[in-house]
Amino acid sequence: MRPTPIGSGGLLSLWVLVAGLLAYLLAGPGGLTWTEAFAVSIPLCVVYAFICVSAWYSCRATPVEQSGLIRLTLTHLTAALVASGVWILTAKILGGILSSFAPFRGLDARLPKSYPLIFGIGILLYLLRVAAYYVRLSVEASQEAKEREMKASVLARDAELRALKAQVNPHFLFNSLNSISALTSSDAPKAREMCILLADFLRRTLGLGEKASIPLDEELSLIRSFLAVEKIRFGARLQMDESIDKNALDVSVPPLLLQPLVENAVAHGIANLVEGGAIRLEARCQDGVLSIAIENRFDPDAPPKRKSGVGLVNVRQRLEARYGQLASFNVKKAGDIYRVALVLPAEREGRSS
Amino acid sequence: MSREATNKIRAIIVDDEELARQVLREFLASHPEIELVAECANGFEAVKAAAELKPGLIFLDVQMPKLDGFEVLELLGSDAGVIFVTAYDSYAIRAFEVHAVDYLLKPFSAERFDAALARAKDRLGGKMPPASELAAAARPPAQYLDRIPVRDGTRVFIIPVGKLDYAEAQDDYVALCAEGKKHLKQQTISSLESSLDPSRFMRIHRSYVVNLERVARVEPYGKDTHVAVLTSGVQLPVSRAGYARLRAFLDR
Repeated sequence: MRPTPIGSGGLLSLWVLVAGLLAYLLAGPGGLTWTEAFAVSIPLCVVYAFICVSAWYSCRATPVEQSGLIRLTLTHLTAALVASGVWILTAKILGGILSSFAPFRGLDARLPKSYPLIFGIGILLYLLRVAAYYVRLSVEASQEAKEREMKASVLARDAELRALKAQVNPHFLFNSLNSISALTSSDAPKAREMCILLADFLRRTLGLGEKASIPLDEELSLIRSFLAVEKIRFGARLQMDESIDKNALDVSVPPLLLQPLVENAVAHGIANLVEGGAIRLEARCQDGVLSIAIENRFDPDAPPKRKSGVGLVNVRQRLEARYGQLASFNVKKAGDIYRVALVLPAEREGRSS
Repeated sequence: MSREATNKIRAIIVDDEELARQVLREFLASHPEIELVAECANGFEAVKAAAELKPGLIFLDVQMPKLDGFEVLELLGSDAGVIFVTAYDSYAIRAFEVHAVDYLLKPFSAERFDAALARAKDRLGGKMPPASELAAAARPPAQYLDRIPVRDGTRVFIIPVGKLDYAEAQDDYVALCAEGKKHLKQQTISSLESSLDPSRFMRIHRSYVVNLERVARVEPYGKDTHVAVLTSGVQLPVSRAGYARLRAFLDR
């Protein structure tokens, strides 16, 4: 639940304390009677408690990390001056009202002596409130980050499990086994080759479960071994076209991020085309950003699929959970071209063997 | 070809993967009573081959380009025996639990293939469930058609349901009116109605189902009866019960 800027019971007791203190100062140096001091300080504090809430919005509008010191000081000092000015005005009006009652006669004449005091306290209180809001914002931000991290790890684990299930997806596996079954009598060496390719792909997927990220290079070789299996199934209908920047190869990516997209491109694209087509893979790394695109032809009039693109949703969620605003995921259909584009921060790690 | 050839069961294989067709071809080779007359790599070819060659037996894959196995099934005459050959499709399994000739799950053994074939041969002489009924059973529950495949001779038309203006019952057929053209399909209007999304299509008369987006207005027509005027100007009769339904929809 998002906290409101008004605050809690703890805050109320703080304001009671401030009202007491203000009354003490008004009675002492201000020369008011105790009754007068409290009659002025309590309503003033109630009003100021609300005025200070405005600090919440200026704090949110000027985040500490992103705004310079000068901007921070200027913004909040101006706001504090204005807030305190409004407070003095309130005090003046309050004094005027109170002096029309018998016990407070003449208060409007004695109160202005304390204006500098009230003004000073006003600025101080406002700035304290600003500081308190900043503390709260940072606590919230760290909580949010923690939450996001937790969500990311849950999603990642989820994706791993799904990867094991989905990558060794029944359609893919059974169809591949069927191809092997066909080849055993017509082309035994090819059948053996396909067994090995399939085993190679399965072994790679299993190994990836424990890793949080892998170099793009490794993901690409996983994709190549997946496509090698599919290539035997689809024959000339399936082609592959790669355009990968060398400097993108060692960028860390979540494992099995691209494989589901390539699997989609085969199952929903190439498999529905009588004459087949190419799957185009692009990866660029520039200015700390990794851009990846997977493009394939598809048949806009293909039979409706009984299984929707769970893979796409999954990839989008994983990117969001892991990189938040820093990553983007785009799907574009133009004519008979289907293009999925990913952008994510290019993080690099020491390569583990 | 000798005279016995005419006694052979004519079969076609429909699968988009060459290797998958190869297994079937190989297993069929040990059954001289079956004559393989065609191999098709997609749904259009399958419908064409079935219309031209009138096979007694069809081996049918589910996921294919152009038309999937269920759509092919819908367009076939009811006299062919169909054996589904699929990697994994729970809908096909469900359909065949109810109406099955048989289904083969890839990969399958020669023994399993022979059993399916024996079963199909037994059923060939007898009565087969109409293909459209099989197709309807295979559709997942609460999922409505996005498009309606229609066969005209050996040609196949696909009508996206959004383009369908209305359907009219004509004996054992329905006439599907879309973009000013009429396509005849062998199906009852009730079975068509049940496969269309009720929030988009309404039965307004014993013989008519209308696309609600096309209804411009409803006018009285004689005593107690009404006509629905479509945006194209076509007028369709509305029955009393249909009028009540239509009013309930229009007043919403």
